[in-house]
Amino acid sequence: MSRLIPFFAFIALVGLFGFGIWWNTRHDQHEIVSPLIDKPAPAFVLPVLGEPARTVDKASLLGKPYFLNVFASWCIECVHEHPMLMTDMKQLGLPLVGFNYKDDPEAATSWLAEHGNPFDVIVADRDGRAGIDFGVYAAPETFLVDAKGVIRYKRIGPITPDVIEKEIRPALAALAKEAP
Amino acid sequence: MRRALLWFALCLLPMLAMAQAIQPLPFRDRAEEVRFQKLSSELRCPMCQNETLADSNAPIAHDLRRQVFEMIQAGKSDDEIKSYLVDRYSQFVLYKPPVEPSTWLLWFGPLVVLAAGAIVVAVQVRRRARQNPTAATPANDTEDDW
Repeated sequence: MSRLIPFFAFIALVGLFGFGIWWNTRHDQHEIVSPLIDKPAPAFVLPVLGEPARTVDKASLLGKPYFLNVFASWCIECVHEHPMLMTDMKQLGLPLVGFNYKDDPEAATSWLAEHGNPFDVIVADRDGRAGIDFGVYAAPETFLVDAKGVIRYKRIGPITPDVIEKEIRPALAALAKEAP
Repeated sequence: MRRALLWFALCLLPMLAMAQAIQPLPFRDRAEEVRFQKLSSELRCPMCQNETLADSNAPIAHDLRRQVFEMIQAGKSDDEIKSYLVDRYSQFVLYKPPVEPSTWLLWFGPLVVLAAGAIVVAVQVRRRARQNPTAATPANDTEDDW
């Protein structure tokens, strides 16, 4: 019997490593789960892209849930994500707030002219300080903020049809359930 | 001689890259710089996840270094700076996670494995000692030969 112990130990190790591989196929190792989920969104006052004199702050966006999409003209993945913002995300019926992250205003404007502008309003965070408050570390990122200004969901990385079906729609359904 | 000098200069070139990697910050004194270096080498860059804030060249690491620097200048303690970053980027930014129930396995798991190994070894040694108390060489050891 004790001769079989190494065999069982081997099987246990195979099981452990197999579980590790399976786990990694399901979880993105690069994704840091934001500690801000279910916490109030950080207060911010940021100028509107292209209209530096006008500012948007957190309070002015309260009252209705909205998406906050972090994008930049230097961000390669944003180009891939953009068609989703133009179509599927717009169809969800929530305001889409653009968060132009560490970008040159002119570059951002011409980027939007080229790819289309899906946003209801765009705030510009040129030096990335508001981005730090939101825990942004890699564009694109998308937040779902509810009517009370609480962050309910965060997507790190591009939005795909799969993400909308599996994550964003359920998050919206949860919002609709509590505020009829 | 000239050739040797040229080689020497070439060998020094990589140091230039190192010198440029981190942006210069206007430290007030040496102590503050040492403190900044120590703190930023204990914090992890959220984007390039195997690099410290001190080592990383990612834009976010640059911004967070600036943030850490400004907080040091504003007289914040190391703990205040760390909790500022943890609030925004989770405990992931700490290279040394705090000891709490969710990290017990991380901290004490290796000790548990070590203890389990020690128990196995102790049991084996005792059993063998009981089986052949006289034989020093395992000449007749046919059963447990693994």
